[in-house]
Amino acid sequence: MRCHDCHEHEATFHEVVLHKGQRVERHLCEHCAREAGISNDPHMPISQLISSYMLGQNLPIPKVGKSDKKKSSETDRPRPSCVGCGLTFTRFMKSGLLGCSACYSTFVDRLGPMIERAHEGGCVHVGKVPKRALCDSQNAPDQDRLTHLLGDARQREERLERIRAQLTKCVQSEDYEQAARLRDELTKTSSMAGSQIEPSPSPTHPVESEESSSSHAAP
Amino acid sequence: MQASDSSEPMKSANFDRNTQWLRGDGDACDVVMSSRARLARNLAGFPFPSQSNDSDQHQVLDACKQRILSMPLENKAQMLWVNLHDSEKEDRSLLVERQLMSRQHAKGKQSNGSGNADSPRGVAVLMPDERVSVMVNEEDHLRMQLVHSGFSLRRCLQEINTIDDAIEQDIDYAYDARFGYLTACPTNVGTGLRLSVMLHLPALSMSGDLEKVRNATRDMGLAVRGIYGEGSESVGDFYQISNQTTLGKSDEMLLRELEDEIIPKVISYERHARATLLKKQNTIMLDEVHRAIGILSRARLMKVEEAMSLLSLARLGVLAGIIEDIEIGMLHTLMLQVQPAHLQRTLGVDLNQQQRRLARAEIIRSRLGIS
Repeated sequence: MRCHDCHEHEATFHEVVLHKGQRVERHLCEHCAREAGISNDPHMPISQLISSYMLGQNLPIPKVGKSDKKKSSETDRPRPSCVGCGLTFTRFMKSGLLGCSACYSTFVDRLGPMIERAHEGGCVHVGKVPKRALCDSQNAPDQDRLTHLLGDARQREERLERIRAQLTKCVQSEDYEQAARLRDELTKTSSMAGSQIEPSPSPTHPVESEESSSSHAAP
Repeated sequence: MQASDSSEPMKSANFDRNTQWLRGDGDACDVVMSSRARLARNLAGFPFPSQSNDSDQHQVLDACKQRILSMPLENKAQMLWVNLHDSEKEDRSLLVERQLMSRQHAKGKQSNGSGNADSPRGVAVLMPDERVSVMVNEEDHLRMQLVHSGFSLRRCLQEINTIDDAIEQDIDYAYDARFGYLTACPTNVGTGLRLSVMLHLPALSMSGDLEKVRNATRDMGLAVRGIYGEGSESVGDFYQISNQTTLGKSDEMLLRELEDEIIPKVISYERHARATLLKKQNTIMLDEVHRAIGILSRARLMKVEEAMSLLSLARLGVLAGIIEDIEIGMLHTLMLQVQPAHLQRTLGVDLNQQQRRLARAEIIRSRLGIS
């Protein structure tokens, strides 16, 4: 197979990544893979691998063919710096560090796909919410604060939808242990106070209960 | 409330007495030296440390210090607080060697080049068992960790969540519905949670199968690092394995992946490799272990790397029943005592390299009962 970038050399680097929930394949020769800041060197530390994925100049993926490089006039124009701390995206790319909370919203368009890539397709937080802050907003009640913590109706539904999609996938591939975890997470997320969205009906396939899945626990 | 905040906290601190993770007990302690949970948190309304000025850093430091020192603690426990910008270099090295903070925090330098040894920052350590430590103004405003001996990730997670909730009582965290807990490096965003286990894998190393395990764990999206975390090399066949993904999976999901699936497999590979070595290459293994004990018992000059490799083999020998009169907890303590800052503290004088090697060999001989 020819390299998707230079179309000259044999592709030796192959990867499949999740991009906005879609599987994207990329096949590159060694030279182009290195240029893209990625490597299939088995000795490369994972942290370095992740940071090179994060900082790869040609992200967000997918990027196929040299012609894409010429369509970069949009990326050449000056980008705004962060309203909160003044950090520019170029400086973030060099250091790998964001400057403040507002950087996430300022750079969301470019940062979102990079974050998704670094977290194996994860793009929406699932799990713990600051406990006291959530409690305060429920007791007040403060709808704006609740939305800040749990997201608006669309974001809450999107979060549930993502867990449901993963759950269905696990059931289809008969990975019942992971499915049991996801089912627990779905119940927890949907029942979180302030989230008024009910989960969709359970999948038709059986999902092991927490008790039965824990029979595979550590020795 | 019990908290110590003297001007010279490190001088009066009594390390090496009840350190939790050095005990050598707990589940699967033959392979798992310790388990650790780490949370990254930032305060709302302040830039992250690498982008903040001195005044912001002092405000964050004061707010966090006040909150940490007023947390309710269990009976007889004390929270030791160290202002690192006012501390001695040797004390900072000691805290790094005891894995209570990162090398980066000791230097005060951020990965974007900002900061220096005088940057306002601190670390809190729960005494006497050292199972909790909280770094303030490292890469994130707060980096808290909880360590237990053996394979006990669930306990670590439960206890770190209690600390996290206690700190959040008076502090608003930087948090977003989409990205979760916001962190300076986007690789930590979401739960901000790293679960890790420190594994002792000498048999996999001897049998040459370690690379397979490293590759397999990496394929499963885990990081394999040396004993002192990111960027560090393995010393004495000790490795840290931890999750990389922090967004899109809850803390409970991350925990179960590591605790129920991945780590038990690595533990059983190492145990299998040890059993195979004992059975098929018994003489070679006996020779390796006794050679190590021989050098530890007789050497007059010892480099730290050599000491760690030999102590690692001694640990294997004790666990395999080859050596009977050495206690595992003592070997663990010795692994810290041979480190440069620990030697300096024990002897109380500045030592050059040659003197350190001499002192190191002497301490090992005396702990092994040979003068």
